Amino acid sequence: MHEMGIAMQIAEIAAASIPEELQHSRVERVNLKVGKLSAVVTDSLRFCFEVVTRDTPLEGAELAVEEIPVSARCKDCRLEWTIEEPVFSCSRCNSGAVELLSGRELDIESIEIVEEDN
Amino acid sequence: MSELLDFPSQKRSHREHSDKDSRAHHEPRPAGGTDNRRKVSREIKVVRRVLDANDEMARRNRKLFADSGIFVLNMMSSPGSGKTTTLEKTLVRILPEIQSAVIVGDICTTHDADRLAKSGAPVVQVNTDVFGGDCHLSAGMIEKAVAGVQLESVDLLIVENIGNLVCPAEFDIGEDARVVVLSVTEGEDKPVKYPLMFRECDAALLNKIDLLPHLDYDRQAAVNFIHQVHPGMPVFEISAKTEEGFDAWLDWLTTAIRRKRND
Repeated sequence: MHEMGIAMQIAEIAAASIPEELQHSRVERVNLKVGKLSAVVTDSLRFCFEVVTRDTPLEGAELAVEEIPVSARCKDCRLEWTIEEPVFSCSRCNSGAVELLSGRELDIESIEIVEEDN
Repeated sequence: MSELLDFPSQKRSHREHSDKDSRAHHEPRPAGGTDNRRKVSREIKVVRRVLDANDEMARRNRKLFADSGIFVLNMMSSPGSGKTTTLEKTLVRILPEIQSAVIVGDICTTHDADRLAKSGAPVVQVNTDVFGGDCHLSAGMIEKAVAGVQLESVDLLIVENIGNLVCPAEFDIGEDARVVVLSVTEGEDKPVKYPLMFRECDAALLNKIDLLPHLDYDRQAAVNFIHQVHPGMPVFEISAKTEEGFDAWLDWLTTAIRRKRND
């Protein structure tokens, strides 16, 4: 439900990341990492991104989303595993002392810019 | 619409394909032809959290609260689970020993703020429609709202977040503790449907237990679902109407406030 605000943040960070000398180039793609535990619907996010980037240097840029699985480490037996369903206790020793290693990402990795060489 | 339903990996491979095709057409052309420009795609590393700006403001809020010796509680739940009634009753029980102030978030109306103000605690209403009808309170909204609170005379600041089990969990506002309210008129399995919320909170209030005799509600199943998502999370079964179970909840709250004061 908050995808519009997030899309605006992405557009702002991406626009600020365009190097000075490439200000007039076209941004082709914005690469985003979204953890499966983050409360973001990627289809809505893409739609919002398309709307907020109209008439900006990011217009037409693709929002490429890489989904990151939820992975965890047991603080007791040190087992590392991927959480596929919402059960957050150790699958080996049943400990509830679980540290999340990934799955909360909402990160801009990079932007891809098209340069035209003469 | 169909474009929206494409998976990113598919879209990407299409794009890469067409790029290769276009290069294959352009490269064999002799230099000095009519169009010898080449398109080069350059990747620029960014590596930033999208919510950086919010997190930075949350850090500022947290420092301000620590400097002022204030404990901040972020209360979240779905709409209608009884946050406001729970707060009304909580305020009556803890005032005046624990000087409290409340920030109430709602998309619109001041109904909740009006109810809470009767306790005598200062109440600041944040209507997010001013900010675009947002579904959560952000650190920036708290920063603005706090400007209306006399911090030096407050021990506890309670933030009643917007009724929503999804978005508020994503936004740090600079709080010390997060509490989720779940009521027995909702499904027992809410915790596994909204795992992020239940992972992010420090305690859960299972409210409206006075209604249990009239419902086919399995309270143990609800507690089990909470612990499936967040093993060991304290769960307080309460009735905001009758105040049953309030002693344990208030004990948890006052202990948390005292612990921060002594730190």
